[in-house]
Amino acid sequence: MGDLSAISGNLLYAAFFLYLIATFFFGATIRDKKRAKSRTAGNIGISITILGFITQVGYFITRWIASHHAPVSNLFEYTTFFGMMLVFAFIVLYFIYRVDLLGLFALPIALLIIAFASMFPTEISPLVPSLQSHWLYIHVTTASLGQGILSVSFVAGLIYLISQIDQSKTSKHTSWLEFVIYTIAAVVAFIVLSSGFSALNYQSVFQAPIEGQQTEITYQMPAFIGPADGDLVTEGAMQPLIEAPEWMRGEDAAVKLNTFILSLLGGLLLYGVSRLLMRKRVGAFLQPMLRKKVNPELVDEVSYRAVAIGFPVFTLGALIFAMIWAQQAWDRFWGWDPKEVWALITFFFYAAYLHLRLSRGWHGMRSAWLAVGGFGIIMFNLIAVNLVISGLHSYA
Amino acid sequence: MNEITCECGHVNPEGTVLCEACGKPIEGNQHINGNEDKKLLNMRYDGSARRSQTYNRTIVDKVWNFFSSVKVGVWLIVLTLIASAVGTILPQEMYIPPNVDPASHYRDQYGLLGQIYYQLGFHNLFSSWWYMLLIAMIGISIVIASIDRFFPLYKTLKKQKPKRHELFMKKQRIFGVTEADQVDLELYKKNLKKRRFKIYEQDGHILAEKNRFARWGPYVNHIGLIIFLVGSLLRFVPAFYIDDFIWVREGETAMIPGTEGQYYIKNKDFILETYNEDDETDARFKEAIQKQGGPIPKTFQTNAVIYERTDEIIPGKEPELAELKDTQAKMNHPIKFDDFALYQASYQLNEFKEMTFKIHDKGNEDTNYGEFTVDLSDPKNEYTLDSGYRVEIDNYFPEYEMQEGAPVSVSKYPKNPAFVFTLYPPDSQEAETSFLGIGANVDASGENDYKIGLVNFDVRDVTGLTVKKDHTLPLIALGGAIFMIGVIQGMYWNHRRIWLQPKENGVWIAGHTNKNWYALRQEINKVISGTHIQEPRDQYEKKE
Ligand code: HEM
Repeated sequence: MGDLSAISGNLLYAAFFLYLIATFFFGATIRDKKRAKSRTAGNIGISITILGFITQVGYFITRWIASHHAPVSNLFEYTTFFGMMLVFAFIVLYFIYRVDLLGLFALPIALLIIAFASMFPTEISPLVPSLQSHWLYIHVTTASLGQGILSVSFVAGLIYLISQIDQSKTSKHTSWLEFVIYTIAAVVAFIVLSSGFSALNYQSVFQAPIEGQQTEITYQMPAFIGPADGDLVTEGAMQPLIEAPEWMRGEDAAVKLNTFILSLLGGLLLYGVSRLLMRKRVGAFLQPMLRKKVNPELVDEVSYRAVAIGFPVFTLGALIFAMIWAQQAWDRFWGWDPKEVWALITFFFYAAYLHLRLSRGWHGMRSAWLAVGGFGIIMFNLIAVNLVISGLHSYA
Repeated sequence: MNEITCECGHVNPEGTVLCEACGKPIEGNQHINGNEDKKLLNMRYDGSARRSQTYNRTIVDKVWNFFSSVKVGVWLIVLTLIASAVGTILPQEMYIPPNVDPASHYRDQYGLLGQIYYQLGFHNLFSSWWYMLLIAMIGISIVIASIDRFFPLYKTLKKQKPKRHELFMKKQRIFGVTEADQVDLELYKKNLKKRRFKIYEQDGHILAEKNRFARWGPYVNHIGLIIFLVGSLLRFVPAFYIDDFIWVREGETAMIPGTEGQYYIKNKDFILETYNEDDETDARFKEAIQKQGGPIPKTFQTNAVIYERTDEIIPGKEPELAELKDTQAKMNHPIKFDDFALYQASYQLNEFKEMTFKIHDKGNEDTNYGEFTVDLSDPKNEYTLDSGYRVEIDNYFPEYEMQEGAPVSVSKYPKNPAFVFTLYPPDSQEAETSFLGIGANVDASGENDYKIGLVNFDVRDVTGLTVKKDHTLPLIALGGAIFMIGVIQGMYWNHRRIWLQPKENGVWIAGHTNKNWYALRQEINKVISGTHIQEPRDQYEKKE
């Protein structure tokens, strides 16, 4: 068993590096001044991507065999699967429209997602009774596929925005675009900080009252924000600058808050340094590289097509299959728990997107912004709802 | 009705924007779709006469127009979306602990935010009247918007003719003029057929069309949504929906609520299994189990027998039961019988079943003046012992707690039982009162001669099952299925039309699709290849 899960882990690494290499090949397609029809770099890129995808499928299957259940049952497994579905969706849309640039953006996002996932506990975990159902696998995999396809819409939307926003003056568009870029920087910072401190084996332990009981709380990063009424136990570790507010309950609330704030600050640092180096908005820096390559109308259509393909898949997986499972597990197909509600919100959001586009002519810029918003909702459901608003669903 | 006769001879209904047959813009109606001064025609619903765009006089017209507007529809969806998001900020009332006062719970747990949340009713958002109203308005809007569009569009597409007015052609988004003598129309038609277009011809004008059915996708999916909503509404009708709950103790047989006395269940055994890192098959979870710190449940299961009552139901009469099935309820595997389903929903471990007490001298535990056993699900008022001692139960607290110095029971389940006993010794007139619970044995007067002590007890598990009958499920499933068919139909196929018009020295070509214009252009390029027809232009101008 141990061997198999080790193999599985290595396959995931391999897939990660293949995606990384493929990204560089897609990057090379930019150097071609012609708008389309430079095939070599793109062909190599997509081939390596497919190889990476197959490798990741290998990770998935071996882990399934090792754990005896489909590896989609905790945050690590679920999120890596989501990354895999994003790559799959990208491959599908690549073969419909053959836009090389899509790879240059889709793969790094998938890489970030997989790296992000690996920051969470990766050990194989047992299933509590409510999760022991085939409908769980069917539901999670289909929902995730739907979300992956919808995310490609975001990727195309982002390309549209970077290449089309008027960068000659500061506007709402440029500011929001910088915000999106900053958010990505914060995710990078989170990954760097988490893996950095865990490589250093950093720990600082506190004693603090949780629900009236003295409990040991362990930080894996320097505690700028300590637990309310906590006492530092580890010697030589940094004393917190401030304490988490009283109303933040739960054992890990202060730890999560600390990690969150550090990541935001780290993101600010990364973003700030980039701007100093580029001496202009990051969006303005990137634009000239894309401008010549991008056919805005085509990118807009890719973004829309991804929604058109992804919306039915998402509905089937995240709502219909979810309802069937919930009916079996909890005797009601719908229970208004936060995870369910956020799936419904996603559904409403994309329904609004489709109606706005179809009937009110929201194309191009507006449609691209909506795609960004939709991705925001998907990520919120994946991460914030699991880590912050915890519901019945036990990914945590 | 003010019908409009077009120059092609076709008679159009009032409010038509583009002639149903030839597509000629009808004078005086172009403002309806905003076509004046525009280079391109707005092809929404093919310029058909929609009620909402034609009449706006009576109150009925106004209501109709309100609900048929997509702008309104999107607003309703967005409002529902925002409201739903707010509903997840704090837990809904159904997810807070059951025996607390919600008003104080929200205040104590979440401070001012909680108090505001509670007072605005967000703690019960999803059953609030205004949330239901939003959903109902979405429903109405879907129905009206769909009727308003479907019938005119259907008729127009049915009546369309291949021969189009020149203005119609020129003002299509995809349009091209070819000047050449040898246009290969046979090849053109062959290419079209190969790409599965249907071809209609009229005086040399060619209309190629495919996937018209995709246009009906939205209406199909809207019908699905409506069926789904109706199904959800039917849950308020008791005949369609029963939702009940039952606790059954091990060894007990109980009537299943909601079945009108028809069915009974016996709990043979309740099983709670947890993962065990030393177990061979669970060893792969070792790391996770150790990290968790506490036990991780593996199975919740009730082994049960379902009985059906065979005699006539007379109140007070012992039922005659016939075994229906010997089965088990597990999470994700409910017991099903007749129209009912029993779901493993809850449990209580180690509830007290019986407690045995003995009477002894206060100072000497080895004395014994007799024992008695209390059945905690049915305690008697008094127990008379063979030795002549008599014990009365003055008070029984199934789950006792001290609150403000006095014992109270917080539930009716014997999880932590306590008693106030009065003891009548045979040789004395004086009764002695004492309070007895787990870990508490208090002499009320301080002058008792005897003491009652616990010698033995028996516990058992209790299973909690939800009882469900749900006749709305088939309707809801049907709604879901129709919805899925509809979205796939509308999203995975596109309605495409290509018109070709013969000219003296060449041809005109125009194309229309309901979505994915880039893909349409690629397709047109494939059908015209080798025909000497020139690639048409996309006349759409981006305005941002
Ligand atoms: C959450 C609820 C709804 C869902 C899931 C939904 C779904 C859809 C979908 C998938 C389409 C096809 C869009 C496309 O082809 O791009 C559509 C079209 C449409 N929907 Fe909805 N819809 C909803 C609510 C509404 C409401 C409230 C209205 C009321 C105004 C409405 C009016 C329309 C109209 C007019 C169309 C275009 C039909 C056509 O192409 O002729 N929908 N809907």
